[in-house]
Amino acid sequence: MNFEPTIVAFLCNWCSYAGADLAGTSRFQYPANVRTVRVMCSSRINPAFIVNALLEGADGVLVSGCHPGECHYVSGNYLARRKLVLLRRFLEHLGIHPDRFRMSWVSASEGSKFADVIKEVTEAVRPLGPNQIKREQVWMQQAL
Amino acid sequence: MSTKRIGVYICHCGVNIAQTVGIEELKSFAATLPQVKVAENYMYMCSEPGQELIRKDIKEKKLNRIVVVACSPRLHEPTFRNTLVSAGLNPYCLEIANVREQCSWVHKDKKVATSKAKSVVAAAVTKVALLEPLEEKEVSVTKTAMVVGGGIAGIQAALDIADSGFKTYLIEKEPSIGGHMMQLDKTFPTLDCSACILTPKMSDIKNHPNIELLAYSEVADVKGFVGNFKVTVKRKPRYIEEAICNACGTCAKYCSIAIIDRYNEGLSKLQALHIPFPQAIPAAYVVDPEECRYLKEGTCRQCEQVCKELNAINLDMQEESVELDVGTIVVATGFDVFDANRKPELGYGRYENVITGMEFERVVSAAGPNQGELLINGKKPKEVVFIQCVGSRDKTVGNEYCSRVCCMYTAKQAHLVREKLPDAKITIFYIDVRAFGKGYEEFYDRVKGESVYYRRGNVSEVYKKGDKLICRAEDTLLGKPIEVPADLVVLAVGIQPSAGARELGKLLKLSTSPDNFFLEAHPKLRPVDTGSDGVFLAGCCQGPKDIPDTVAQASASAAKAVIPLAQGKVKTETMVARVHEQACRACGYCVEACPYDAIELQLQEVNGREKSVAVVNEVLCKSCGACTGVCFSGAIQQTGFTDDQILAVIGAIGKEY
Ligand SMILES: Cc1cc2nc3c(=O)[nH]c(=O)nc-3n(C[C@H](O)[C@H](O)[C@H](O)COP(=O)(O)OP(=O)(O)OC[C@H]3O[C@@H](n4cnc5c(N)ncnc54)[C@H](O)[C@@H]3O)c2cc1C
Ligand code: FES
Repeated sequence: MNFEPTIVAFLCNWCSYAGADLAGTSRFQYPANVRTVRVMCSSRINPAFIVNALLEGADGVLVSGCHPGECHYVSGNYLARRKLVLLRRFLEHLGIHPDRFRMSWVSASEGSKFADVIKEVTEAVRPLGPNQIKREQVWMQQAL
Repeated sequence: MSTKRIGVYICHCGVNIAQTVGIEELKSFAATLPQVKVAENYMYMCSEPGQELIRKDIKEKKLNRIVVVACSPRLHEPTFRNTLVSAGLNPYCLEIANVREQCSWVHKDKKVATSKAKSVVAAAVTKVALLEPLEEKEVSVTKTAMVVGGGIAGIQAALDIADSGFKTYLIEKEPSIGGHMMQLDKTFPTLDCSACILTPKMSDIKNHPNIELLAYSEVADVKGFVGNFKVTVKRKPRYIEEAICNACGTCAKYCSIAIIDRYNEGLSKLQALHIPFPQAIPAAYVVDPEECRYLKEGTCRQCEQVCKELNAINLDMQEESVELDVGTIVVATGFDVFDANRKPELGYGRYENVITGMEFERVVSAAGPNQGELLINGKKPKEVVFIQCVGSRDKTVGNEYCSRVCCMYTAKQAHLVREKLPDAKITIFYIDVRAFGKGYEEFYDRVKGESVYYRRGNVSEVYKKGDKLICRAEDTLLGKPIEVPADLVVLAVGIQPSAGARELGKLLKLSTSPDNFFLEAHPKLRPVDTGSDGVFLAGCCQGPKDIPDTVAQASASAAKAVIPLAQGKVKTETMVARVHEQACRACGYCVEACPYDAIELQLQEVNGREKSVAVVNEVLCKSCGACTGVCFSGAIQQTGFTDDQILAVIGAIGKEY
């Protein structure tokens, strides 16, 4: 059977969430296994959210914000990038393949790009198979 | 924590949601979720009967948290917040589950979409249970507005705001206002003389008691937010005292440096010390610092000698910076025409008798280089070819969009050729003719009846043969290649955002659409608003448009910009950051992360002991959550998006239901 990975996507309200809405208004289809979480800005994302999503069963996590220089709050996306780039390395130490996590920039007018990003993330995660680290693995939680 | 009484309201949105999401299944599922007391569905939840359903339940069933399962919160969150208020509930006890834009519209399989909708609803119910009522606060508004760009859009917007009784600053980067409309000869479809309908408005700008015009100026910085923007404007040195110059023009007679006349699209020359065009506002001369001999080489100052009496010339003038406090901003930075050099195959720049549509406007204008006579190299052209869609609908130059005015201005220009040269052969190459506005189709019909040959096809090359130009094209109706000779070729160049618009957009945090024009907040319902509260769009900076649409949009924008000024108050952000003093370690990461300097470390008494803690200035806080994203101790929390709330959502959303 074809494995359908679950993707949790954190989207900033002003660009990427709006881009996702536009994908809808324009009826661009994309895999249904993506679940979005709206935050006001990508800078709101704590690295712990990504780890948590993976522990809760997501097979992949996407954080998407405004293009560099276009954050509604001036510089939030730069802050997010600085924090989250480091997280990729940390994931490896946790035994999570770093490709399970990805950042992207999607503006409010890029509906088709949003759909493409979701397709890409899904295809990047699919070969990694189901995420083995789930919440049941209590030791992982304690290790955190 | 007290238990919540949650109501879940599922909208069918006609068939928009219902055709891909199993409403009944979703409803029964929602009813099983913790603390849910009611789950209902309705055809159109946002309609009055739909809202009444919610209100009634809030009152009768004592609901205190509401989940609306419908379209994007970006669309109807404000609507449903008001529904809660009218039923006596705090508007922030609401969560929207977006199952239309992000579910039913993007997935086709009903089973899959229904299952996804369940997790979206489960997450919303989880979140709403954790939401707390929030209080809305207001701050007062600086009752002034700023309009950036003095084309017809900016002029109209400034006049309307000023007429409503509010002080308005109009910022124009050029030495005169007027924009492109000032360069046009006649205007389609009525053939009004462009200057005759524009210049009275320009003098209204000058004479309006509520308008302060800052010409030859640019916005250098913008701080603050709706109601209280702080703008820094850079005033370029004009080298002529605007308030003193009476535009007598004597000085220019003594200036020996000839420069390109940009108003005439480079088709004639004027002096380095000049007035851009006779009807310029402000009616004052200006010195081109790139060309003035004194400013370049340090010698000359001839002009100063002739203006001894008035003493309006000041070649030592320096750039100035002005600070403005404004409540709202209208952006009206207009367009630049497409650079025809980017289509070298059409011969522009190589052959003198290949000109752009804008150059044509100047050529035929009575105030133009030939006093309105249609002469090319001193001769009347016998054969004229117009080529449409130059730089529009053309992926090769990155402009996929239609520029919306070229079909009509070409028809207008063909008509003007016919008027001036009754015997000329006129051919128009087009892809499609778009005559969409009021009176446009009729005008197009009239021009077709004036022996103007419309030929469907894209010109692939313009080359010289003897003393003629040859336009080679494929006539797509005949299905064969053709060659049409011409003495004059006019390229109907399209419209692009103006060069400095992007920089300004960054200062104002405006987004652009893929065509690079500024993006409106909603393409249909909020066409003049932007993502930045208090900033509005008018004219071609938002997309190509003709003068009637530009003026309509400018008035709309002005009306919107006046609302906060008239109300005198704006709501501040509600989902601001709050600090748990005991948990705060005073590390200061949040202080650094905050883009608005809204957080400070202060000494405070906490549990009887003095300690340093982060303190949020709620008026400055814009609710981005950056502080919360860097706090190690969970001490600073953005309300509405706290760690607990988001973690709970993460827990609910990844599950299969
Ligand atoms: C060849 C041609 C012929 C046309 N003929 C017709 C016609 O017959 N009928 C019709 O209805 N429409 C016609 N149009 C369309 C018409 O020109 C536009 O609808 C109209 O000019 C748009 O006005 P605007 O104020 O939005 O832009 P603009 O006229 O471009 O004005 C923008 C103004 O903002 C200023 N500005 C730009 N950036 C900044 C900045 N950063 N800071 C400060 N100021 C700035 C510019 O200097 C300019 O003064 C024609 C267009 C073209 C190209
Ligand atoms: S608002 Fe989109 S990244 Fe900051």
